[in-house]
Amino acid sequence: MRYALASMLVLAGVAAAGPAAAESLVASLTNHQVMVTSNYTGTELVLFGSVEQDATVAQHGPYDIVATITGPRQSLRTRRKQRVLGIWVNTAARTFIDPPSYLAVLANRPLDAITGADNRRRMQLGITNTPLPEIIHDDIGEVSNDPFRAALVRLMEERGLYSEASNAVTFLTPTLFRAAITLPAQVPIGDYDVDVKLFADGNLIAHTNSAFEIVKVGFEQFVVNAARDHGLLYGFATAMMALLTGWIASVAFRRD
Amino acid sequence: VQIYLPIADIPVNVFLVLAMGLAVGFLSGMFGIGGGFLMTPLLIFIGVPPAVAVASVTTHVAASSFSGAISYWRRKVLDGTLALTLLAGGILGTAGGVALFTWLRTLGQLDLVIGLSYVTFLSVVGVLMVAESVRAINRSWRGKPAELRRPGSHVWWFHGLPLKLRFKRSKIYVSAIPVLAIGFIIGFIGAIMGIGGGFLLVPMLIYLLRVPTATVIGTSMVLIFVTMTAATVLHAATNHLVDAVLALILIVGGVIGAQFGAHAGQRIRGEWLRLLLGLLVLSVGLRFAFELVLQPDDLYSIRLVEGAL
Repeated sequence: MRYALASMLVLAGVAAAGPAAAESLVASLTNHQVMVTSNYTGTELVLFGSVEQDATVAQHGPYDIVATITGPRQSLRTRRKQRVLGIWVNTAARTFIDPPSYLAVLANRPLDAITGADNRRRMQLGITNTPLPEIIHDDIGEVSNDPFRAALVRLMEERGLYSEASNAVTFLTPTLFRAAITLPAQVPIGDYDVDVKLFADGNLIAHTNSAFEIVKVGFEQFVVNAARDHGLLYGFATAMMALLTGWIASVAFRRD
Repeated sequence: VQIYLPIADIPVNVFLVLAMGLAVGFLSGMFGIGGGFLMTPLLIFIGVPPAVAVASVTTHVAASSFSGAISYWRRKVLDGTLALTLLAGGILGTAGGVALFTWLRTLGQLDLVIGLSYVTFLSVVGVLMVAESVRAINRSWRGKPAELRRPGSHVWWFHGLPLKLRFKRSKIYVSAIPVLAIGFIIGFIGAIMGIGGGFLLVPMLIYLLRVPTATVIGTSMVLIFVTMTAATVLHAATNHLVDAVLALILIVGGVIGAQFGAHAGQRIRGEWLRLLLGLLVLSVGLRFAFELVLQPDDLYSIRLVEGAL
């Protein structure tokens, strides 16, 4: 529902800008597939794009770009410790339903300079405007000024999984831009959405989408499949490997 | 050199993990402990998810204790009968421990129970071992003869128990009941804390059954390698959390370390060995205690929810 509403709003925004739209947006990534191999330590993708102008219509002023990269969703539990009888124990917890496991908001200048607060909220622009629904009693809802939500965002930022950068998008020419997407090593495997919005004078005038996926390949994929699909066999193989290595070592280091 | 761990989903420095394997392997070979209680916190510290760390460490412990057990067996300082009797109790204890583990999980206080049992067992065992070995060292410094081990000088009330067995290699003649009970306790606690239980088994065999220190280590290794091999298979079959790549790096470091540790252990006098193990156990226990008592840097923590709504 949330998404449907959001996309309706975005469509409405585009339609409203429609008649006057002299621009369209083209964007692409250097790579649409990130392969996780044994020497994988995180990577960087480059998003580049250009604003295509229709020469017959009047142009808009200086352009602003906001790119939002959203990783696969997974439920997270934020817990808070409290002192009970002298020891620190997890006492309170909130479960967040399907927050993005990776969220990067890249722009060429601060978001509040690009567009107004209403627009930012409607378009879910920036981390503060990204919905992070949590379970409240038996219900699911949004809580603003929630310390648990703030802690979730802070901890994700510390791990490099959530980021908001107002200098990540660079205009090479007035219409050509690039942005670096930094993926730390612990980003989860899965599909990532890239949403690029073009603003001028505080209004959304065009947007486009792209995507990439992070996949395990080769030996890594083989190990994951074996562990998941043939657990017992994998366990026996691992145990045999352990005992064999132990035996080899005791033979190799025999001194008596 | 960084290498990506397929199950843990993080890259780690190969040499760092190898060094951790070597260090823990050395201690495990020297003291006849599995080293799980040292390795698991180390892995969690470098970023391995706790569940993957616990599961993969069982594989590492299986390998290093197997390697150690072979070299003790070659030196004929291993009591097969004692190991088998302990194992029989250990299997029953593991089953009981897994049942309690499941029940605590439904109560939602598993982490606290694990933390408190680490603190309690490590501190108590550490203090007892340090106190005893310091007394023994004091005695030998004052020039008094070391306490002679009289045949059958185990804890007095074991005498009255039936089912007496002669454990030839350990030179003890004792009822099978306390031996089975010790095995049961080790299996039970091991299943709850996710460890082999060597640090508990070694002092119990030394102080309760009066098994000679040299024999204790080899015997304890047999028990640990059997239970940890079983644990590897069970963890892999049920939780799919054993990271074979991580385990292999740890094993290579661990088995090499264990060999050197076993040689070093043979050269050190028994009471000094017990003092060192006692200090090691006590310091890990205190570390866990500080973690519970001191205010954490961050009151909040996040954790992935398995099978959420």
